[in-house]
Amino acid sequence: MKIMVAIKRVVDYAVKIRVKPDRTGVETQNVKMSMNPFCEIAIEEALRIKEAGLASEVVAVSMGPVQCVDTLRTGLAMGADRGIHVEATAPLYPLSVAKILKALVEVEKPGLLLLGKQAIDDDCNQTGQMVAGLLNWPQGTFASKVVIDKEKQEVTVDREVDGGLETLCLDLPAVITTDLRLNQPRYATLPNIMKAKSKPIKKFTPQELNVNVKPDLEVVEVTEPPKRKAGILLSSVDELIDKLKNEAHVI
Amino acid sequence: MIARTLFTAFKTSILPSSSSQLLPLFSSSPCRSVTTLVLAEHDSGSINAASLSAIAAAASLSKHTSISLLLAGSGPSLHQAAQHAASCHPSISQVLVADSDKFTYPLAEPWAQLVQLVQQKNGYSHVIAASGSFGKNILPRAAALLDVSPVTDVVAISESRQFVRPIYAGNALCTVRYTGADPCMLTIRSTSFPVPAKSIELASNKSAISEVDLSMLDVDSIGKSRYVKQTSPEAERPDLANARVVVTGGRGLKTAENFKMIEKLAEKLGAAVGATRAAVDAGFVPNDLQVGQTGKIVAPDLYMAFGVSGAIQHLAGIRDSKVIVAVNKDADAPIFKVADYGVVGDLFEVIPELLEKLPGIK
Repeated sequence: MKIMVAIKRVVDYAVKIRVKPDRTGVETQNVKMSMNPFCEIAIEEALRIKEAGLASEVVAVSMGPVQCVDTLRTGLAMGADRGIHVEATAPLYPLSVAKILKALVEVEKPGLLLLGKQAIDDDCNQTGQMVAGLLNWPQGTFASKVVIDKEKQEVTVDREVDGGLETLCLDLPAVITTDLRLNQPRYATLPNIMKAKSKPIKKFTPQELNVNVKPDLEVVEVTEPPKRKAGILLSSVDELIDKLKNEAHVI
Repeated sequence: MIARTLFTAFKTSILPSSSSQLLPLFSSSPCRSVTTLVLAEHDSGSINAASLSAIAAAASLSKHTSISLLLAGSGPSLHQAAQHAASCHPSISQVLVADSDKFTYPLAEPWAQLVQLVQQKNGYSHVIAASGSFGKNILPRAAALLDVSPVTDVVAISESRQFVRPIYAGNALCTVRYTGADPCMLTIRSTSFPVPAKSIELASNKSAISEVDLSMLDVDSIGKSRYVKQTSPEAERPDLANARVVVTGGRGLKTAENFKMIEKLAEKLGAAVGATRAAVDAGFVPNDLQVGQTGKIVAPDLYMAFGVSGAIQHLAGIRDSKVIVAVNKDADAPIFKVADYGVVGDLFEVIPELLEKLPGIK
């Protein structure tokens, strides 16, 4: 079985983002970019499945500008076997990404498609569900545990849901999106970073895959969230109780 | 188009009193009619709180809106929930019920197909669900089947097709306009659409309840996923997402044993218990208590954070709380930047003192 993992290049999670003065978006020039943390977890899971002898190959795919190749190289340095880059200059919304992924699935025929549960830039949490719908594959979203049964061609997924944990059993091929607690991603070692440079990265464009990326959403403006008014530091518990009771009226 | 007009006419005939008042407005307004389908979750015979918020959001889309509720499940509790749904909001004109053992558990595969089926039959302008694990799992899949882009986690509705949603862990607000074909699909953040207390008890008008014809469901593809089990920790306390007071502990608690102090304090205040990712990862508490970008979003009247540094991912989940109290021994902790009241001190001294001096629940 082949595993395909979708990864996204995003502003590093530790960066304090700045809204552009013209309100068209968030400043991404000269800002540290990294692989979306949920995507790292997806790659790690794919590698663990391969290391357990349940998969033959891990293919990392990313779409967006040329710089996405750097993100793919990070995935290859972690241990993915090869990469696919779909170059697109216009911003891609999850629907277009899902359509491109579907087209790539038809080329590569993987038995499992792994994604992160959401990207930390647009916070959409949609792509995995959408590609599963387009492929008519079952979906295991927000996964915190994944167990593959090779004989039965099934995967058992523990999902983090509002009321606790839910366990589902899905027929393969399936789409799984990863939650934070699924695993601890490995670091790429220096020799593996060197090795990753010679691993192949195939190129496509959305046109070559016959995907129309015309968006049906339009960003009107991006603004800073309203600031909370500055609070005060108190010196004792008595003072705190007094404020909560007589000023804020919340207890 | 004729069928659509007839359908609208049929729906207005159910609500004669309110629709007659709206008619003059309707003719003078340039915007087209808003017909919304709300995907509702139910639990032991009634619609859950998050879905009531989704109904409130649907009602705020336009002055003249008609809302249909879609409920799925099996057995008597579904029909009991449908009765509740029929009278839970004055704008609801119809309750659609899908009764089948395929819906015993809320799996995405049959649900997405159900939404597609109902949409193709009735041509809604909007489809809405609350942004919980149910809505986030199902709605994007249904949107893909209908070939439209959904909008996640809407916190404000500025026009019927223009919405505000947080991006970058709530560090920016993005206004988006949906320009695609019907339906416009949204998940809404329930803390941003509070349910007025009176609408819950409103039982004056009952809307029509009808069964969805499920003969068109493609059974083969639905069988690809099966429910195995659910494990939920016992919850005697109020639900975290809807509690009036939330008491949260972070890494500063040091052990699971110490976390019991947070639980005691919560008990005294009638509060829900929350945790940071660090506290969950350290195994102090189960992960469904996590508050933040990747956990629950809360907006209580009072949020108390003990031993919480205030990482941006955590702040994303508490930003809309009315009053934030922080207790931390590090005076430079970022949590103090958002806290209304801060106490720089050792939580192992502050919590016992609070337990002793705080008045109990009102």
